[in-house]
Amino acid sequence: MKPYVIIGNGVAAAACIEGIRSIDVKTPITVISEENHPVYCRPLISYYLEGKTDPERMSYRAPDFYEKMKCTVLYGERAVSINKRSKTVVLESGEGIQYSSVCLACGSSPFVPRFEGLENVKEQYSFMTSDDAEALGQALHKDAKVLIVGAGLIGLKCAEGIHGRAGHITVCDLAERVLSSILDTECAGMMQTAMEDAGIEFMLGDSVARFEENKAHMNSGKTVDFDILVLAVGVRANTYLLKDLGGEVGRGIVVNEKMETSVPNIYVAGDCTEGEDITLGGRRVLAIFPNAYLQGHAAGVNMAGGEEICNKGIPMNSIGFFGMHAMTAGSYYGEEDGGECFEERTKNTLKRLFVRDGKLTGFILIGITERAGIYTSLIREQTPLDQVDFEMLKKIASSAAFSQESRRQKFSRPV
Amino acid sequence: MKRVYVNEEWCLACHLCEYNCAFANSGHSDMVLALKGKKLYPRIHVEGDEKISYAVSCRHCLDPLCVKSCIAGALSRKEGIIEVDQNKCVGCLTCVLVCPYGALAPNEDGIMQKCELCLKNSAGEPACVAGCPNKAIVYEEREVI
Repeated sequence: MKPYVIIGNGVAAAACIEGIRSIDVKTPITVISEENHPVYCRPLISYYLEGKTDPERMSYRAPDFYEKMKCTVLYGERAVSINKRSKTVVLESGEGIQYSSVCLACGSSPFVPRFEGLENVKEQYSFMTSDDAEALGQALHKDAKVLIVGAGLIGLKCAEGIHGRAGHITVCDLAERVLSSILDTECAGMMQTAMEDAGIEFMLGDSVARFEENKAHMNSGKTVDFDILVLAVGVRANTYLLKDLGGEVGRGIVVNEKMETSVPNIYVAGDCTEGEDITLGGRRVLAIFPNAYLQGHAAGVNMAGGEEICNKGIPMNSIGFFGMHAMTAGSYYGEEDGGECFEERTKNTLKRLFVRDGKLTGFILIGITERAGIYTSLIREQTPLDQVDFEMLKKIASSAAFSQESRRQKFSRPV
Repeated sequence: MKRVYVNEEWCLACHLCEYNCAFANSGHSDMVLALKGKKLYPRIHVEGDEKISYAVSCRHCLDPLCVKSCIAGALSRKEGIIEVDQNKCVGCLTCVLVCPYGALAPNEDGIMQKCELCLKNSAGEPACVAGCPNKAIVYEEREVI
């Protein structure tokens, strides 16, 4: 019996395994894992450096997971190509593994722009994997001056994680605001202030023109001395396996709601995909944890002959820095795009709900988290707002804003 | 499986369920010592306004989004019950972001806690239900429709 092959060993892969095993308990599964670790929680690497977790607690599943799931994991192996005629995955070692179907759960890789002089920087790190975190942790010392290039989720989580273990941290980004992919200017400013209050220095709208070994010359003409450089500019989906087959690839591997690629018997899940964002009316790379699990599970079920669709993909993030929490979801349409924004604020909190065509398309919540999932659900289910008490929802997220029948369905029967 | 269900017509918004929940999960044997003068962090919450009220706790969903979304692998479904491993939770609140029922909230330290039907504490079955004066919350088997 040809095995199911899963390329990658992150959360999408673990979900794929669980999806397959919910249907097919027999057929062997082979997992190709570039990293020499069982599946772990990658978003926790900053918490690890912060001392809030450890490698054991960071494991995503129990130690006997692969054994129970009847999986063979090939650690330290990389898939270099796929032969779709012979249905074989070719490894770097030259070995070929035949498959009945294959799931590409190969994630993304750090994107490093060409900085002049970068090769002169000895102490430079990425911040993606547990090995990256381990290496950075080894290099850190209490007087270390750290320069982080990139004020996105990865760069800022890194800053928080190493804050207590470094002397000074500077974060620079070409964007004019922090977390520019998920926050608007004012909300970004609130998060930036929370981080500045903790002592982190920002250089926004500025990037590195040229590196010396321990000095960055910025575009603005300023210079930053550093001992340790962290590159957190961005990530790129790993698409080459499908691209080389002539399959449909955009910024990620194009996926339909069954998690199929354009090539028969090849499925895809997680950060390497480009799928439908229902708030966008188009495809985008949704490199977030929940998406990886949901897609991976659906891919597994479908590979094993079952039926599971994934058609409610939206961007969403819940993230805190130094006690200041931000939750975001969906797309934010301004008036120029036919959208409307409703706002509630107090001294330390800000809520923005974005509405278009009578539906909630997105939200930003700073310093408020209560029952936020009710808003998320309105977006994912594309609930017409005339069916709910939206005036109440502007103030608080509550099921009281829904009809009695809707509440009966939620709270008076199994869901 | 038995779950906690709501009869909102009979809820008086007395909040006794919240007190009984906080007490059952406090580890104390004396309710006054457990709760007096303290901010409550119950795992059930009464919502609503002057017109309607009802208590919300974990639905123990058949297909739980919180479990699938947990970035720390801290939430799991064991024999139908959604449990949190507080040792693994880092307090990112992604579960709060995805729960469509608004049923989840962290404890006073920012780590997730949740209704586990009192099966692991000394109450042995949901204390919120046992103490509800009006049967506005019940613990019983109901059919999936």
